[in-house]
Amino acid sequence: MTDTPNQDTLWQRFIIALPYLWLLVFFLLPFAIILKISLADPIIAQPPFTPFFDAHGDLSITVDNFLFLLTDKLYAITYLKSLLLAAAATILSLVLGFPMAYGIARSRPGTRSLLLLLIILPFWISFLLRVYAWMGLLNNHGVINNALIWLGVIDQPIQMMYTDFAVFVGLTYSYLPFLVLPVYATLERLDQDLVEAALDLGASHARAFWDITWPLARPGVIAGCLLVFIPAMGEYVIPYLLGGPDALLIGRVLFDEFYVNRDWPLASAVAVMLLLLLVVPIVFLQRNQSSDAEST
Amino acid sequence: MRRQSRFILSMLAFGYAFLYLPLVSVVIYSFNDSNLATVWGGFSTRWYGRLFQNDQILDAMFLSLQIAATAATLATVLGTMAGLLLARFGNFRGRTVFSGMITSPLVMPEVITGLSLLLLFVSLKQYFGWPAERGFTTITIAHTTFAMAYVAVIVRSRLSAMDESLEEAAMDLGGRPLRVVFDITLPLIAPAMIAGWLLAFTLSLDDLVIASFVSGPGASTLPMYIFSKVKLGVTPDINALASIFILVVTTGLLIAWATMRRSQAR
Repeated sequence: MTDTPNQDTLWQRFIIALPYLWLLVFFLLPFAIILKISLADPIIAQPPFTPFFDAHGDLSITVDNFLFLLTDKLYAITYLKSLLLAAAATILSLVLGFPMAYGIARSRPGTRSLLLLLIILPFWISFLLRVYAWMGLLNNHGVINNALIWLGVIDQPIQMMYTDFAVFVGLTYSYLPFLVLPVYATLERLDQDLVEAALDLGASHARAFWDITWPLARPGVIAGCLLVFIPAMGEYVIPYLLGGPDALLIGRVLFDEFYVNRDWPLASAVAVMLLLLLVVPIVFLQRNQSSDAEST
Repeated sequence: MRRQSRFILSMLAFGYAFLYLPLVSVVIYSFNDSNLATVWGGFSTRWYGRLFQNDQILDAMFLSLQIAATAATLATVLGTMAGLLLARFGNFRGRTVFSGMITSPLVMPEVITGLSLLLLFVSLKQYFGWPAERGFTTITIAHTTFAMAYVAVIVRSRLSAMDESLEEAAMDLGGRPLRVVFDITLPLIAPAMIAGWLLAFTLSLDDLVIASFVSGPGASTLPMYIFSKVKLGVTPDINALASIFILVVTTGLLIAWATMRRSQAR
């Protein structure tokens, strides 16, 4: 073969160009389209929105969809409720997940790898089927109610299915491993000698934890909380299956606006608003990740 | 051996019970003879037999496996290229945009990815007449796009953990860059590529929301079929299907873990 160096640079260009173009067409362009459609008016036609340029070639855009989203009470409640439920699930995940990660990081190597495997295992089982499993637990005639009745704690089943409580439990259950893993990763790297030194110097266990362990674990805690919060905000399956008809979270409203009401511009505007809400945590997460990667 | 405090031990016990109680209960109820999924009516395996006679499930499963295999392969090729780019190509023009684009799908809510890709496909059809029908092709493209991000992250972290001296030595000895990539770099990152492929395959098989957006009337993946059934409530045959998933994944991972442990112990 008599390849010239020119062919090598050609190959390098190819390696750069292919993934680049793919992402431009299938990632960035779709966002431009969403933004464009969110500025259109809905009409009964195919496709069901007004074109970007009208018949005279003038730009025809409107911010009505966004004004509607900002002034409509139902939407304000929806955004607030999504925010609250996602935040509540994040807090419960942290309360439950941090001690778990701590325990895993401090267990013997053999036990540790098994415990980690058990955290990762649910990831490989269908998300949908795992959410579905809760339907059988939370039902009025489900496992939890039956057990409580059998134990004599209650004599009437408690309505848990189709409530916000069910959505809250479902969110925490589904995203808990996302918190445990990054927290575990920082705790495992943590130099135990620092804690020992603090204890030797007379610090109490609580003091050593708050002054040494917690600050050093913070990058993992931040990453973990954001990895729970961000997907929980846009969740569709969990509120649909476990929540009641009034469990109007953003993800579900977006889907319904698009498929049930066929209002493409409004659905696009909902997506843009959700993205705006999430831009801050997403950028924060990426900063946190890259500074964490540099420090190691 | 460091002692665990009682608090930590009880949190571990509670946490793992929380993670596994739903799975265990599904497996138990899948052997329930009763038509009512929540009332125990004796032991039976009839729902498993029912499952394999259900053509809709089998068709959906076949479509899902085809999409997952194609998307995982494409994602591994593109994701490896992207990982190489970020770890080894230095500061090429447009690097910031590129690294933003490659990591964003990891955290993007599914509803946004799904809606934006559907709108793209609708516009493409309007202007270019392609894709004429939504189904296998559109779902595969969508899955490739988000899965390549995961592959890129895995390959990139493997590359940055890896010593560059082997590649540099090959270059010093006169190997051309392309040759070095194929002879040195790719064999070294093969484990990361395999891990990436497996992850991409699982993610594709798992996805409901994005596929629901970009699919057309004719094509229904396994998660789409399951969702249409469980919307109406708990059903015994889905219990059986879920149990098969749980048992296959659990045995597979436990075997992998045991083999890894044995080879480490040696």
